[in-house]
Amino acid sequence: MKLSTKILSGTMLAGVSLAVILTGALTAAEAATPKDTVVMAKQIDDIISLDPAESFEFSGSEVVGNIYDRLLSYDFKDVSIIKGQVAESWSVAEDGLTYTFKIRKGMKFHSGNPVTAADAAYSLHRAVALNKSPAFILTQFGFTKDNMADRIRAPDAETLLIRVQKPVAPSFFYYCLTATVSSVVDSKLVKTKDVNGDFGNEFLKTNSAASGAYVLRSWKAKESYTLDANESYWAGKPKNKRVVVRHIAEAATQRLMLEKGDVDYARNLEKDQIIGLASNKSVVMDTGVKGSLMYLGLNQKNPILAKPEVRQALKMLVDYKSIEENILKGTRTTHQAFLPKGFLGALNETPFSFDLAKAKELLAKAGHPDGFSITMDVRNVAPYADVAQAVQASWAKAGVKLELVPGDGKQVLTKYRARNHDIFIGDWGPDYQDPHTNAETFAINLDNSDTTKSKTLAWRNTWDIPDMSKRTLAAVEERDSAKRAATYLALQKEHQATSPFVVMFQQIEVAAHPATVKGFVIGPSFDVNLYSQITK
Amino acid sequence: MSSLSLSSGALRRGGAAVLRLLVAIVLTLAGLLVVTFFIGRVMPIDPVLAVVGDRATEEVYQAAYKALGLDQSLFMQFWIYVTNVVQGDFGRSVLTSRPIVEDVLHYFPATLELATFGTLIGVCFGVPLGIQAAVHQGKWIDQVARFIGLLGYSAPVFWLGLMGLLVFYAKLDWVGGPGRLDVAYDDLVDPVTGVLMLDAALAGEWEVVGNAFSHLVLPSAVLGYNSMAYISRMTRSFMVEQLRQEYITTARVKGLSERRVVWRHALGNIAVPLITVIALSYAHLLEGSVLTETVFAWPGLGSYITASLLNADMNAVLGGTLIIGVTFIGINLFCDALYRLVDPRAKS
Repeated sequence: MKLSTKILSGTMLAGVSLAVILTGALTAAEAATPKDTVVMAKQIDDIISLDPAESFEFSGSEVVGNIYDRLLSYDFKDVSIIKGQVAESWSVAEDGLTYTFKIRKGMKFHSGNPVTAADAAYSLHRAVALNKSPAFILTQFGFTKDNMADRIRAPDAETLLIRVQKPVAPSFFYYCLTATVSSVVDSKLVKTKDVNGDFGNEFLKTNSAASGAYVLRSWKAKESYTLDANESYWAGKPKNKRVVVRHIAEAATQRLMLEKGDVDYARNLEKDQIIGLASNKSVVMDTGVKGSLMYLGLNQKNPILAKPEVRQALKMLVDYKSIEENILKGTRTTHQAFLPKGFLGALNETPFSFDLAKAKELLAKAGHPDGFSITMDVRNVAPYADVAQAVQASWAKAGVKLELVPGDGKQVLTKYRARNHDIFIGDWGPDYQDPHTNAETFAINLDNSDTTKSKTLAWRNTWDIPDMSKRTLAAVEERDSAKRAATYLALQKEHQATSPFVVMFQQIEVAAHPATVKGFVIGPSFDVNLYSQITK
Repeated sequence: MSSLSLSSGALRRGGAAVLRLLVAIVLTLAGLLVVTFFIGRVMPIDPVLAVVGDRATEEVYQAAYKALGLDQSLFMQFWIYVTNVVQGDFGRSVLTSRPIVEDVLHYFPATLELATFGTLIGVCFGVPLGIQAAVHQGKWIDQVARFIGLLGYSAPVFWLGLMGLLVFYAKLDWVGGPGRLDVAYDDLVDPVTGVLMLDAALAGEWEVVGNAFSHLVLPSAVLGYNSMAYISRMTRSFMVEQLRQEYITTARVKGLSERRVVWRHALGNIAVPLITVIALSYAHLLEGSVLTETVFAWPGLGSYITASLLNADMNAVLGGTLIIGVTFIGINLFCDALYRLVDPRAKS
């Protein structure tokens, strides 16, 4: 008994002293971030690897894009202008099969090794051989593990020769070489890290072997990554010394940290925070239009959705304007065609707006004058859940009873990929800057059977389009840019009118920062969000 | 001779007890493993998606499917997993691409730090509050304690955390913000135990200790408030019952001071159930509090397991579940030992 009392009174004593500490003069460390270090708050828990041959998530490509140089790049203001990065010049032979790249002279990797054509060849080889998620961007040109040594080779230190399987629009091939999977790695270094023929994959997941503006200092999954400036970067040394990006899942928390001065950039603000910060004069928002499209997929397995009038009516029953103004508020803009604004041949017309009378007429024509009941699978996070509810409300006006089936992201996606949905709401972002990336998935479905090899979005929605698929494929081979653009415009018009896709909004990326911090470049794609010009 | 046989008998009894304990531990963990594994495999989430993403070609998808062993039968998969675990190989996490053991060693100390401080706060405030409420039953102090308790119970941790950040971090600047350290202090201390304050103290980096503490205070106070609410309510009800007992009346009649009656006699008698309540509350916090971890960007076990579960990454979920299982068993054993200390009847 005595002992127990002692223990308990001991605890009490500890309690009192703890209380004193807690309520006492607790002063947090000075809030301002270090002068040469840029600190960002961002959701980065999607990163699973920083190996350019494997990384394919939004956050991962941003990191890879800041660390590695690729053979080619493009002008952010006018995407149609291709620029050299590791390649100084490039050309294609008359037959449209052989491409020649001259490597920029005097470039060095972070290790000090010179950048040569052999490095570029090795980088493409390892991406093809590893065959991870982004490899198809290269293998679609006919490269395989067996033929790559022959098709991609470096006859001397400055020349890289690549032979593709069949002639395609050169810009299509060039854009694919701007993707992160085409990053040039330091082959001398990576070869020393090869474990059981993994091309250094294990090493590169968490380390860098690159020539870009930054060196990867550390990546702690779900916590943070830190990049150190490459002082001898060929295109000019970065204007800051270090970039630290912290994983802050909550948008509200990101805002608090920004206003407090603990971070220089808040990267995932939502509607509430954007409105809230509008009155704060010391905070500025940078925006950049991204390629991600938010759309509804109407599964054609469902006999009601298979009726053309119903598809048409549903497109007219979405209140685009009100959703953009009230729910998305600066984070998305209305866009209704499968090629995002900024792409070659993008169709920027928005023919659909909320039109109840016309929609009711169409529904009556389809044999559903009083509407029908249907389900929609929704990720239970903002903004999908909110947009889905708005759609539910406006469809109800025409008698369409929409039942929302909430689920976690991967759960909803699993169902969608198995074609077990009625309606799906989600995003699709382009994999590279060529129109083929979206055309391929939205407008090609060569085999509508369950066992097909190619499960495009058209396939997922059971949309059987043998004729459109052929025309979409043919567009890739058109070497005249103007003609090619015209083909895509025509395809999108037809797609817009008839497809089971209600394309609704295009993403706008928002980065909030104090007025004193400047220079963050938000490019058209996630891998060209560049840190090197940031000053504070 | 007789003393020898006695000690060998005791030894045998002790040996049997250890054996019984081991069997119980193994059975508990095996049960946990079976249930978690099969629940994980029947979830409507495709585990390959987390590995290759939504864009991979069919060929890449199939390769990953095979690499995960999903082409085997469910029982075969389980068998392979168990054989690996027995050899100490818990597999790799999809989320972090690190071995599970490394992950758990990384995330668990962060949770341990948070839960321990949270429980300390809960006990230090909850027990006295509960006792005062019981002693002054029906008076204003009891009403206030009830109000505080109810608020702690019913206020969502998520909201409490954000409000705490707004007031104490953004407005008053009393505590550090989300995360375990300020950016300026990152990577200054090499992890030894993973418990940041301890590591920093071991390295003699007192500034880092201070900074880590300023980051730890708010999330652990939020967790502590919640557990304080629970502990204070339970303490009150235990105490109310004890104070009605005849021995308390006897003690008062004998002229003992009220302080002695309450703090020594009554409190001493509720020690055993109170320890159980505190242990349960501690164990609950050790599972990790997903919401608190999310709001405070705290890299703990709770959000790790949740994120892994939503990726259908069963290696990580199983690894996390096992460590929680072991912790529960450990806390139970510790409690059993404490009972023997505080309760003379349990000594024999």
